[in-house]
Amino acid sequence: MSSSADLAQKIRQHIVRMVHNSGGSHLASALSIVDIVSVLYNEVLKFDSGNHQWSERDRFILSKGHGCTPIYAALAESGFFPVTDLDTYGKNSSILMNHISHKVSGVEFSTGALGHGLPFGVGKAKAAKMSKQSWNTYVVLSDGELDEGSNWEAFMFAAHHKLDNLTAIIDYNKLQSLDTVENTLNLEPLYSKLKSFGWAVYEVDGHDHGQLAKTLPLLNEGKPKVIIAHTTKGKGVSFMEHKVEWHYKTPNVNELADALAEIQQKKSK
Amino acid sequence: MRNAFIDELVKQARENEKIALVVGDLGYKVVEPFATAFPERFINAGVAEQNMTGLAAGLASEGFHVFTYSIANFPTFRCAEQIRNDIDYHQLPVTVVTVGGGLAYGNLGYSHHAIQDYALIRTMPNMLIASPGDPLEVRATLQYLVDHPQPSYLRLGKAGEPNFNSTIPVVKPGEWVSIHKGDEDKCILCTGATINLAMEWLKTEAYENYSIYSLPLWSMASKEMQAEKAMQFSKIVTIEDHLADGGFGSWFLESCYPLIRTHNLDITCKALDRKVCGMVGTQGYLNHMGGIAVK
Repeated sequence: MSSSADLAQKIRQHIVRMVHNSGGSHLASALSIVDIVSVLYNEVLKFDSGNHQWSERDRFILSKGHGCTPIYAALAESGFFPVTDLDTYGKNSSILMNHISHKVSGVEFSTGALGHGLPFGVGKAKAAKMSKQSWNTYVVLSDGELDEGSNWEAFMFAAHHKLDNLTAIIDYNKLQSLDTVENTLNLEPLYSKLKSFGWAVYEVDGHDHGQLAKTLPLLNEGKPKVIIAHTTKGKGVSFMEHKVEWHYKTPNVNELADALAEIQQKKSK
Repeated sequence: MRNAFIDELVKQARENEKIALVVGDLGYKVVEPFATAFPERFINAGVAEQNMTGLAAGLASEGFHVFTYSIANFPTFRCAEQIRNDIDYHQLPVTVVTVGGGLAYGNLGYSHHAIQDYALIRTMPNMLIASPGDPLEVRATLQYLVDHPQPSYLRLGKAGEPNFNSTIPVVKPGEWVSIHKGDEDKCILCTGATINLAMEWLKTEAYENYSIYSLPLWSMASKEMQAEKAMQFSKIVTIEDHLADGGFGSWFLESCYPLIRTHNLDITCKALDRKVCGMVGTQGYLNHMGGIAVK
């Protein structure tokens, strides 16, 4: 069996090509969550790629819909659809649109407007409780997205309703669309804020597969779980890391070659 | 209307264990029968309409038919994007219910005047609007929605409205319900709690002997059915307790637009004048000031 590090490397290769080929953007946001997504799909989520509506599957929701490329790549690598379909990303009439789409096999929910994924995931987790189902719900959020009040409504609701079948993962790369989180709307002290909302809170290195694999499956009876994943925006391609412009830019031919060469050399821990 | 709603919802929920009610901390002396009968399917989401609507979509995605419930503009405008993206786009069976449609909460001020809701909801391609005209139409539309779960909006008045239908009518999207038989070629077409206003207009010389119809279920998809019906009348007057802009009359004119000139259709729309925005008073007073009630 290939490791989550192998999967992460493949995903990074796919997504830099996808964004280059489509003239798209949000590459740094996507690179930020590649390791989280790789561990989820390789080691944590229950799914059946041959039956994407399998009732016992875990539900995964990407709330930061602009970071869709790693999910599409993970789904293709997991057998939900042919890897060659990734070439259609962002093209006319492709179902692989530039914000995550429920029309794609394996995707539960379309997002793109921020602040929608967690309330929806809360609804799924509540539904599982009401129907006495044992599957879990995982939601990946961005840090900038926490500016949206709807998330804090959902944080309150999930704790009040003791949704211990719900895990939120915050991609805390500390860089928003125009500036740092700190200079935009400072989230700190994030850990204690979330703790005070009644969640079980963990902090991990969001690129350390071992830490992620250990933390993602943890259960805390009676409490929803949130993982603050400290990440680097643009992770894996050094000239994109910590750079606001790579929220928007499309890599040109030379940048694509440089990115692919660097990804080839590196592999996540 | 709200009492007919909760009574019918309880009745339906006894037969259908997937019906859930999610309220935004409103519904005092209304929702208790449901909450008591089905506590495991009743959720008070608190004063948090965005989360209420998003989680309703999440519940609906797992097989529940969810009714969200609040008043005035709270379950619509406050969470418009959740309705648009989460419910309508994903075609999930959530029925957004509001109480206090039109100027029913006239004295409570502009925040509570639901006079732009049709305009918001009818631009969403999959939403079915249910705007019943009396308590019997509330039951009819609710039964339809339970039998045909889909993205939908149920707009209720308040309490104590009289019935104009004699029995629970058969309702379908785009189909007119006959309320009063007058001349066969002139009619007033109502939606929402405006049948009483139409009845008053009938007492005036200009509208003597008009027939009255109610259209309690309508949507983008049912526009194409309207021109054929309109062609059966020489004069049609629409009436709604909503601003003219983007409202029911606008919807009807758009529906009939290709035929208005070729068939010389005579359609006029009675809708609220913008001057009521910001005014306070009883529902009757404001409907009068807004130009939809007989002077």
